Amino acid sequence: MAEQNSPGGVTAGSIAVHERGVPLAGPGTGRKTPDARPPAIESRDVDDFAPVAGREEDWRFTPVKAIRGLLDGTAIADGDISIAWDAPDGVTITRVGADDKRIGSAALPADRAAAVALAKSEGALLISIPADLVVDKAITVSVKGSGGTAYGHLVIDVAHGARATVVLDHAGSGTFSAGVEAVVGDSAHLTLISLQDWEDGSTHLGQHSALVGRDASFKAAHVTLGGSVVRLTPRVRYSGPGGDAELLGLYFADEGQHLEHRTLIDHQAAHCKSRVTYKGALQGKSARTVWIGDVVIGAEAIGTDTYELNRNLLLSDGARADSVPNLEILTGEVIGAGHASTTGRFDDDQLFYLQSRGIPADDARRMVVRAFFAEVIQKIGLPDLEERLLAAVDAELAGASA
Amino acid sequence: MATLEIRDLHVSVNVPSGETQEILRGVDLTVKQGETHAIMGPNGSGKSTLAYSIAGHPKYTVTSGEVLLDGEDVLAMKVDERARAGLFLAMQYPVEVPGVSVSNFLRTAATAIRGEAPKLRLWVKEMKEAMAELHMDPTFAERNVNEGFSGGEKKRHEILQLELLKPKIAILDETDSGLDVDALRVVSQGVNRVREAGTTGTLLITHYTRILRYIQPDYVHVFVGGRIVEEGGPELADRLEAEGYERYVAGAGPAVAAEAVVGESPAP
Ligand SMILES: Nc1ncnc2c1ncn2[C@@H]1O[C@H](COP(=O)(O)OP(=O)(O)O)[C@@H](O)[C@H]1O
Ligand SMILES: [Mg+2]
Repeated sequence: MAEQNSPGGVTAGSIAVHERGVPLAGPGTGRKTPDARPPAIESRDVDDFAPVAGREEDWRFTPVKAIRGLLDGTAIADGDISIAWDAPDGVTITRVGADDKRIGSAALPADRAAAVALAKSEGALLISIPADLVVDKAITVSVKGSGGTAYGHLVIDVAHGARATVVLDHAGSGTFSAGVEAVVGDSAHLTLISLQDWEDGSTHLGQHSALVGRDASFKAAHVTLGGSVVRLTPRVRYSGPGGDAELLGLYFADEGQHLEHRTLIDHQAAHCKSRVTYKGALQGKSARTVWIGDVVIGAEAIGTDTYELNRNLLLSDGARADSVPNLEILTGEVIGAGHASTTGRFDDDQLFYLQSRGIPADDARRMVVRAFFAEVIQKIGLPDLEERLLAAVDAELAGASA
Repeated sequence: MATLEIRDLHVSVNVPSGETQEILRGVDLTVKQGETHAIMGPNGSGKSTLAYSIAGHPKYTVTSGEVLLDGEDVLAMKVDERARAGLFLAMQYPVEVPGVSVSNFLRTAATAIRGEAPKLRLWVKEMKEAMAELHMDPTFAERNVNEGFSGGEKKRHEILQLELLKPKIAILDETDSGLDVDALRVVSQGVNRVREAGTTGTLLITHYTRILRYIQPDYVHVFVGGRIVEEGGPELADRLEAEGYERYVAGAGPAVAAEAVVGESPAP
């Protein structure tokens, strides 16, 4: 892959280092004052967020016209979305009311769409994993749309010392705006996989927040293949020192798809680690992807170790990938803080080299694209899922080039 | 007996200014199975253009002429079809393919060329032996294709493919460049193993005569200004060694204009 940015790949990034700063507000920060970055409001109240015009930093990449009803709350929950799950032994999955105190315990809504979704969700689905329970089998929650609009909220509560994997499988068609919160207790581990395999014409918005406990670890993988407009905002905070978070992403946009992922790692606790690795492929003239990677390292977050990476592979002319890493550092005592972002064209010389060894063009393309995604797929580390994802990537490639 | 025939081949490239530039200006050459032909010429004379055009690189446009392999029209074939028909190009600058391991690449290529997947156990043995003969460490198989390879490793990897894929016609584009004496010997031995089998015709492209001490050509062609300007036996290489290309270069055409010296253009 060419390491330079090609036409169609747009990268803008920044590293800002401040002597002093005020950390973000909200759960896990122990503070109520928002930081220097203006739109750091977190609230359940929709009216705390200004109406979205589309030019705001948070929304300037998003086709806001297409999601107007989800931003102003006028989209009526008329949808037929079924949610099915299976709970392994020891795990409880129940519905809880809107007043349940666990709602909002990882994070409150950080944008207007998330606030609307929470207000409309009428409670939440709660997955509880009791202390010290190690759940080997993945806990699967299948969300299947059959048209119309639905709101929702999911809370995953992993008590201290427990370990679990949750797979959120989104499929079917419709408009879905739903928050996900994960509270990972001290020394606990959660792997959260969110698959977006919607049919064409579907819309999906979601704030996915994790609060990572002392010496706990959290791994998230967002795999977005289907849907016309998908905008997800994975966010991580640490409630104590020693936390470790890994955010992985894989997306493949075809003609007519807008796939947007905005990650935030908010380092306010000391000695925490974070890794963000997102890879995307785009094929088709109007294919559009956005990755915004915000990392904030607060003044008290000494010993922070963070690195974020986004790579995009443009498989055809006219596709556009925006990639914006932002690193804001308010302490001088970090172990490491870096980012990389590249957008490259599919390399014709690679294709030629493989073909010149007798490998047909389609197979050669598949090899190169599989190889491009292999790094991220291997990091997800679930062998069962690995084959499914590689097959899904193959199918995207075949479908898009047909 | 497999035969590659190149007849009056003209090839152009698109230059950044938007114009097309003719690089090959009428190349005629016939290579038969079992023969070794050396193509020798100065930098920029169009040797790589010839190699890439035969292999089918999309950057090069054939404007007229023919390339036939056993009478079949090579120019009508896709790149992969040419390889499966029996053509092989060892590249001057092999391409990195991140994330694709050498072992996966070689097995996929062997499967494509042979028409069926080689039996895994036999394949592993075959690959290990071929690598050992080229003095390649077994861990090499797990590295990504050409990624972070030294110049010598890249060339060994090209010759490893040559030995495993056993083409009818092999074009080796400056396989000798960038190799130290030890590596040159190892790589030349690999080429000679393939030649000794007698089933491959070899087109050895080089700028220097150095590799010809290890690989004895049957025919030598002097390539200047996009075409062959003189042909002969191995003794022609010795003369080039002593005299250089100067006497061929004058009036050879735009591709070598910068190097042109006063003198007469030899009759080809
Ligand atoms: N892709 C290309 N675009 C523009 N010019 C090219 C291209 N490939 C080759 N050339 C030009 O064609 C001429 C021959 O190049 P090449 O075939 O690489 O020569 P050689 O291999 O003999 O050194 C040179 O003048 C080179 O600049
Ligand atoms: Mg060359």
